[in-house]
Parts: sequence; C-alpha cells; structure tokens
Amino acid sequence: MTRVNLHYFAQLREQAGVGEEVVDTNAETPHELYAELRARHGFSLSADALKVAVNANFSDWQHALTDGDTVVFVPPVAGG
Amino acid sequence: MKRFELTSAPVDLALRREELRDPRSGGFCAFEGWVRDENEGRAVSGLEYEAYTPLAIAEGERILDEAMQRYGVLAASAVHRVGDLKVGDLAVWIGVSAPHRDEAFRACRYIIDEIKQRLPIWKKEHYLDGDTAWVACTHGGHAHEQAPPHAREPASR
Repeated sequence: MTRVNLHYFAQLREQAGVGEEVVDTNAETPHELYAELRARHGFSLSADALKVAVNANFSDWQHALTDGDTVVFVPPVAGG
Repeated sequence: MKRFELTSAPVDLALRREELRDPRSGGFCAFEGWVRDENEGRAVSGLEYEAYTPLAIAEGERILDEAMQRYGVLAASAVHRVGDLKVGDLAVWIGVSAPHRDEAFRACRYIIDEIKQRLPIWKKEHYLDGDTAWVACTHGGHAHEQAPPHAREPASR
C-alpha cells in the first residue's frame, strides 16, 4: 500500500466533499489512483479532461507513486 | 515584491508599475483583465477564483521567464486575484517594460495567453439568476508553440 496526500480543487473539491484527504492505495500510478477515486467520489470528469501534478509539479500519468506524495488532479483551468 | 503573485487583496497598480521602471526601457505595456457582467449570454453578478498556490506561482514564474527570454524584455511581472470578485474588479494584471514597444506588446500578450492556458486557477461564475458554474476553459498545451518571428536573445549588458 502507498499512502498519498490528495488536494482537490474546483469541481473535484465539491464532488469529493473535502479539500484534502490522505489515502492508502494499491494504485501504482496517478492514472490508477484517479480511477479508484473517481469510483469512490463519483467524479464527473474523465482522466483525459485532467492534468496531474505530483509534489507541486506537473507530472506524467504513469509516474510511480511513492509514500508521502502529494497528488493534485487538475481540472480544466480558467485563469485570466 | 515577487514577480508573480497571487493575492486576495486589491492590487496596488501604481506600485507594480513603478517596480518595472528601468533606465534602459523606452516602452511599458500593461494588460488588465476585468470581471465582465456576462458570459455566453448569461448575466454574471460576480465570480470566485481558486488556485493551487504552489504550482500556480511556479508556473507563473516560468511564464514570466519565458516571456523575458523570447522577447528580450527587461522586466515583467504579473498578479492574479483569488477569492470573491464582483463585476468590474481587476482579476489579473500584467506589466512589461522593454527597450522598445514591439517586444513589450508581444511579451504582454504572451504572458496573458499562457496564464489562461496553463495556470492552475479555476473560476466559478455566479449568475444573476442565482445559479453558479465552474467555467471550463481549454486545457493544455502552450498558447504559443512556435518561436515568434521577432524572438531574439535577451539583451545582454
């Protein structure tokens, strides 16, 4: 099991009902982790609508997750 | 003052402009983004911005670095509001100073376009009818993929 910190923003935060959580997971990559969380929280956005950041850097969906990673799934942005 | 800043407080525009003064600069260009009273036909009463702060600041600094390198401008800074804003409020401010106007205009345009595409900031619109919605802008790549025709090395002194 890997213990990861999750921070949620925008519609993901509203759909999860929390801004952050700590999760123990068998997921080895952000891609697997998102599938697991989407099933649990009922996220409406599919992974291909998102980007992912690990430890405050944009990351690959196949990045190998390690204990203590902070993972943020980034919904479509709307700055400016 | 940090070059790229997120703030929940009103922006001191005069101060930000003064910070970009440079005796080598002959041109200053600024862009302000304001909260508009409608979007796609719906009357907007206000909006809220939410940011993933550490990544937004890192990405904002990268965008400013890119603009300075691409266009050879001498100074650039930007600030984006977070939190609740009302119609007419300033949402984003960008300023650039450069030896000549052309690179100042181009760098300013580059920075706002890249901010809209890349910064992890989200906008929830509040409508006059009481409804709200997260606005989904485009996601993804760089707004300016190709090196611009006027790109050149930064001025070296």
